[in-house]
Formats: sequence, structure tokens, C-alpha cells
Amino acid sequence: MNDMTKVEPPPALRFEAPPSTSIWAHARHIVAENPVTGLAFGLFALIVLAAILGPSLVPYDPLASNTNAALQGPSARHWFGTDQLGRDIFSRVIVATRLDFTIAVCSVALVFAMGGLAGVMAGFYGGWVDKLVGRIADTIMAFPLFVLAMGIVAALGNSVTNIVIATAIINFPLYARVARAEANVRREAGFVQAARLSGNSDWRLLLTQIVPNIMPIMAVQMSLTMGYAILNAAGLSFIGLGVRPPTPEWGIMVAEGASFIVSGEWWIAFFPGLALMTAVFCFNLLGDGVRDLVDPQRRN
Amino acid sequence: MIPVPLLDIRNLTVEFATRRGTVKAVKAIDISVGKGETVAIVGESGSGKSVTSYAVVRILDRAGKVAEGSITFSGMDLVSAPESQMRDLRGREISMIFQNPRAALNPIRKVGKQIEDVLLEHVQATRATAREKAIEALEKVKIARPQERYDAYPFELSGGMCQRVVIALALACQPQLLIADEPTTGLDVTTQKAVMDLIVELTRERGMSTILITHDLGLAAAYCDKVVVMEKGVVVETAAAGEIFRNPQHPYTRKLMKATPRIGMSLRDLLPDAPKAQPAQAAVPRSAPVPGAEPLMRVENLVKEYPRPATGSLLAKLMGKAEPEKPAFRAVDGISFTVARGETLGLVGESGCGKSTTSMMITRLIDPSAGRIIFDGMDIGAIPAKQFAASPHRRRIQMVFQDPTDSLNPRFTAERAIVDPILRMGSISGRDALRARCEELARLVGLPVELIDRFPHQLSGGQKARVGIARAIALDPDLVILDEPTAALDVSVQAVVLNLLEELKGRLGMSYLFVSHDLNVVRLLCDRVIVMRTGAIVEQGTAEEVLGDPKAEYTKELLTAIPHPPL
Repeated sequence: MNDMTKVEPPPALRFEAPPSTSIWAHARHIVAENPVTGLAFGLFALIVLAAILGPSLVPYDPLASNTNAALQGPSARHWFGTDQLGRDIFSRVIVATRLDFTIAVCSVALVFAMGGLAGVMAGFYGGWVDKLVGRIADTIMAFPLFVLAMGIVAALGNSVTNIVIATAIINFPLYARVARAEANVRREAGFVQAARLSGNSDWRLLLTQIVPNIMPIMAVQMSLTMGYAILNAAGLSFIGLGVRPPTPEWGIMVAEGASFIVSGEWWIAFFPGLALMTAVFCFNLLGDGVRDLVDPQRRN
Repeated sequence: MIPVPLLDIRNLTVEFATRRGTVKAVKAIDISVGKGETVAIVGESGSGKSVTSYAVVRILDRAGKVAEGSITFSGMDLVSAPESQMRDLRGREISMIFQNPRAALNPIRKVGKQIEDVLLEHVQATRATAREKAIEALEKVKIARPQERYDAYPFELSGGMCQRVVIALALACQPQLLIADEPTTGLDVTTQKAVMDLIVELTRERGMSTILITHDLGLAAAYCDKVVVMEKGVVVETAAAGEIFRNPQHPYTRKLMKATPRIGMSLRDLLPDAPKAQPAQAAVPRSAPVPGAEPLMRVENLVKEYPRPATGSLLAKLMGKAEPEKPAFRAVDGISFTVARGETLGLVGESGCGKSTTSMMITRLIDPSAGRIIFDGMDIGAIPAKQFAASPHRRRIQMVFQDPTDSLNPRFTAERAIVDPILRMGSISGRDALRARCEELARLVGLPVELIDRFPHQLSGGQKARVGIARAIALDPDLVILDEPTAALDVSVQAVVLNLLEELKGRLGMSYLFVSHDLNVVRLLCDRVIVMRTGAIVEQGTAEEVLGDPKAEYTKELLTAIPHPPL
């Protein structure tokens, strides 16, 4: 940092080469410019907190039923009310965060590794690798994605692991295509050619030259698909696949509460639904924020 | 009687709101353009020349605003005019031509239709007459077969053709003022001449005023009546074109003129300080090639062919009725030359002549289709490009790229970029030893050692060029290919970089293959020159012979196309 103050570029060049700002100063600027981004980051922190500390924070055991207190509306004792078995919905909603969040993170990490790698190789090598990856992506896209996910879980077996795999597979085309396009435009870039001249092997070129430069756009993609992954996992458990009762999970809770809406007990489905909506909303907004944060053009 | 100027800029200050406070891009400048006058605004990057023109047509981006001063266009105040009035003015009274003609055209609309759009927008034609008028406009910019070109898409036209279409668009409504922002940067010299001649002819014919924004003093002087020199947002000198060359007043103008390569200069002459100020460096002799010795590299009948895309329908192909295969496209068509030890060989030609393909083959990034590349007694052309990374010859052939920004990984610091070849192929290891070597290289190329921890976006263009050079010489190569290493740099930076390259060559005993389209630079740097056209060598010989007394018609054409300042 000292060097930065010591050696000032000549004034004519300063416009073009501004001294770097720290990531925190930049983040502050982004948040100040668009408070919604701040809100998204705040919500994200809250979700992570709930996922980590949830079970030790909640006032009731999420699995303990108490038939005396069944179907009570929201009150000071039970903030979100109780369900048909008298379980505290607030506790269940908070505890469920860990499961839903884990499914989303794992599936996004998996699809990032698979789709990202396949896409980068397709874009870098072209030829038959490109054709193969492209056709796989096309095949996946040819199905209604949710139905495909249902089919995968049904075929592989009804477990959380398989929900993660199914969610990763249906997101594969998105990652593969973005990574392919980004790697393809950089394949012939000067710095890649220069690295070739420096004696780098193809694998090294991919890992040191191409991948680090497409990480920002992939980060945006990841935050956007997080919301979709949560929704997908909840959707699968809503129709009875994957997570099984009595495990607290937003999708199941909505499904369980749905039959009570007609008789007036709206809170059973409403609060888990609200949590789900907030999480998806948060991840989508986060995508915009991440883009602002990593886009170098926003730094001036 | 003093005529009222068409455009009068008085005391104009343009500010940009940035994160580090307000930056004044243009500071209290006065420029006036008379009716029928051609004015050049000359300056290097960051001088505010483009910003001035954007302020005139009010297309500054959101962060910029006119802070002070007035812009009067035939009696109308453009600073305070309502947006609706400006919209009407743009295109009809004031037109602009931008640097990249391809980017200025809608890629998915026929060029004729795009001209019609402008005509209809400004009620210069009705639906019935639009087509006719558009073809007429194409005819005026001397596009051959305008009836056919009307239906062409921009990607089907060459860069020069596209710029003609843009000019046709700009002039379609007979504006009074044309602003041309670097209209020929990125075009070949012969195309540049054709486009500039066209602009000047058309504007004279119609009595239009023109503002030419350029970094090229030679171009400005050759085509304009008046030259305005800008530096860092300030007008430093305004004078008639002839006058400014005979008798430059401001030191910056003198520096700019000095840095512009011309006939009868040496490399040293480009630098602002007098040669005697640095006797030690000035004494570095032009390292002449040793005559009679075995050349470092001999290229024999080098050919690169690309298959033409197959024609005929898919169905015909499936049924085995495909058309007979067309002969492959020959990007490089059997060229032979030698590079002697310690020699600088210039490879000259216009875009598409095969000079880049040739340099890619020599650096072994692509495989030749036929021919031999004998480097120090060994046919390196026979080693497949994919395996060349592991060859011991890899480190002996390096390259300096055209665009210093594009050729540096945005995520690598300058140090990491410079030591990359050493890490892969060098014998130095250990963090301290690498650091020491990197600092040594930085000193060698004149890059302040404090800067090597920076990322490319924190460096200026000249500094980035130095990082690229340091990387290329990190392994003491025998042959360095210089692919237009100064094309993206300002003239004053170019002057310094060219001198640096010459000095390094003498000190490290390298040979250069200098690929360029700028004959003035080639004249200064090269011992011998090869002129290429459509994949073949048109002429070769010593620099004095080829550029002083060209034999081939094409070389003569290239030489006359260079704008010469009136001296």
C-alpha cells in the first residue's frame, strides 16, 4: 500500500490507472449507491446465522408435539403459531434453514464444479469436446426441468443426497453455457497466447489464465441459482420427494399446512412459505450486488 | 469584417463526478470553427479532445457535465438547449463519425435500410423516395455497385467500406458541421487515405465545417486548415496547419512533433531531451548484422492454408452430392526469408496480408501447412505446436504483443506476469531469486521497481508495454517477434518504447522480427524490410532501398498513402 502513495503516475495517466480501492471501501460504495444490495447482504448474513446457530437458538424442540397446543394462531408464546401436532412453527422454520441452505449450497457447489469445468473445456478446446458438452446441455434443456428433477430423485432413490444431485443436474446447462461462452472469448486473448509462449501446458493455461478470469461471472451465476436451488428442493419435498416428515423443511411444511388453509389456519403454510420467499428473494438480489462488486467497470 | 463562426466554444469546462471527487476533463477552452473550415483537435489520450466533441453534441455520459462556459452553434446556445431540440440537431445539423465503424452500424440491419432510417427520421425523404435517396448517398461516398451494397450487412463489408457507409449516414441530411472522432484509426494506410480524401472532398463540395479529432499530427496537418493542440484538458496552441509545423510555439507541441516519426530522423531524435544529455546511452551503436554468417532463422516456402467452409446444402451433402471441394484459402502463400543474428527485420503489410499468421507460425503457436522454419540449424516447423511448449527451443523465441492491456492477465501482478516464463522454463527458483531477477528485468526495461506488485489495471499504457517487454526478454531469447508493439500507445510513449527496444537489442544480442503497418516506424527501427500482400512477399531488401526507392507498385502505393506534414 505504501508503494501506491509513493509513486503517483503522471497526471495524464491517472485517469486511466486509478490506484486500487480496498474491497471494503468498494463494498461500502456499492451499498451506499444501492441500499437494496445492503438489504440483500443483511438477509444473507441472517440466513447463514440461522443455518449455523438455528437449533441452539430456538425456544422449542422442532420435533416435539404437544396436542394440547395444536393449531394455535400466532401469539407471544408461539410467534408463528403451532401446527396440527402442536409443534412450534417458528422453531421449525428456523431449524429448517440449515437443511434447505445446505441442499442449495451443496448442489450449487456440485454444479459449479461439473458445469464450470465442462463449459471451460468446451470453450477452450472446441471441436468434439464442445459438441459433446453442448449436446448434453441440450438434452437436459429438452425436459421440463422440474419434471426431470422428479424423475432423477425417483430413479436414484428418495434421499437428500439425490435431491442435491438432481438440482445440480438441472442447473448444468446454465453453468456449462456461461462458462463455455466466457472461456471461448478468452481462448485467443493476448495474455493466453503470451502464457503459451511462456511454456505453459494447456491444463495450466486453463487453471491459471482462464478460470480465474471467469470466476466473477460464475460467482454471479452461483448466487442467482442458489435461490432457484432452494425453491427446487422445497418443491421436491412439497410433492413428497426427498426430505420426509417429520424433518422440518420449508417445502414439507407448506405442503402440510396447505390442507389447513381452507379451514382458516393460514399460518401453518404461510410462515414457511414466507421464509422460502425471503430466501429466494435474498439470493436474487444478492446476484445484482455481487455483479456490482466484481464488475471492474463499476470501480470508477 | 470578421465572420461569425459556425461553432463557438468559449471558456468551456467539463467536469466528471468520480468516486475521488470531481475531475475536470476539459478546462476553460476556447475553440471556434468557421463556416467551411476544417479544424483538427490533436492530443494524446486523456487530453480531453473527445470529451470536447461529446460536449458539443451533448452526449457526455451520466457522470459528466458542462460546468462552465458556452457552446454556440449558429447563434444557438447548445449548453442550455432542451433535449428535444438537441435530438433534432444531431444528425441533421451536426453529425459525428466514430472510431470503430463496425461498432457504429447496426450489425443485423442492411446498410441501405440504416441510411433510410436517418433520412426518414429527419424528414429528408418519404417512404417512396427513401430507397432511391439511400442509394444516391452510397454513390456519393464512392461505394462501387451501390444497388447491390444497399442489401449488404455490415459484416459483409470491409472496415474501409463500413467507414464509408458511416460517412454516408453522417452526411445523409446535409449537416453543417461534421465531427470525425479518430475516423481512420484502425484502418490501413491506403484505406485511411481514401477515407480522408473522401471526407475532405465531400465537405468542401458542400461547404461544410469539419472537426477532425486525432492523435496523428501528420494527418491533422495534411487535411486541416487549423490545428488545435490539447494537453490534459487545456488548449495549449491554436494555429494554421502550415504555421504550426514551421513555427510551433508551445513546448508540448514541439514535443509531440518531435515524437512523430518522419523521414530523415533517427530513433534518438524522437525523444524530447537532447541526445547529448545521455552520452552513455546515445553511444549504443546500431548493432549491425554480421555479414556472411549463418542466419539465425531461415524460413523456406512457408504456407498456411485454411479450408474454405463447405458449400451446398446439408441434404446434398448427406446424399453424397456435395459440390467439388474448393481450393483451400492460402493465408500465407509460400514465403521465404532469413533473419540474421542481431538483425531487425521488418514485416510490413496491410491487414489480411498474412503477416500475423506468419508471426504466429514462427512463434509456433500454429502449425504451418507446408514449408520449413529452420531456427539455428533445426527445423522447428516440424515440431507440432502442441508439443512446442516442452521444446528447449520454446524459450529462445518470444513475442511482444500488440495490445499491452490484452496481453496481460488481469489477475496477475506485473511481477507474476514477468516471472511466468521463468517459472515454466527458467533455471531460477526460490522466491528471493525470482524477485531479484524480476527487479533486474524491471530496471532493464525502465519500469519503476515499486510498480511490479501492481495489477495491470493500476498501470498506464506505457508501463504495461514495459511489463510485456520484460516478460518477453525474461529468458534471454534469441529472437523476439514484435507484433505492432506500439500501435496502441501515444506517440510520445511510442518514442520511448522504440528507443528502449533498440537499446535492449544491442545489450542482449537479440534479433527482432518487427511486424507493423506503420512504415515510418519501420524505417526507424529496421535493418531490412519485407513487404507482404495477400500472403506473398512483394518486395524485400534493406530499409533504405525498399522505403527510399521502392521497386514494387504496391510499396509505392503504401508510401504515398502516409500523410506527410507540410515541410
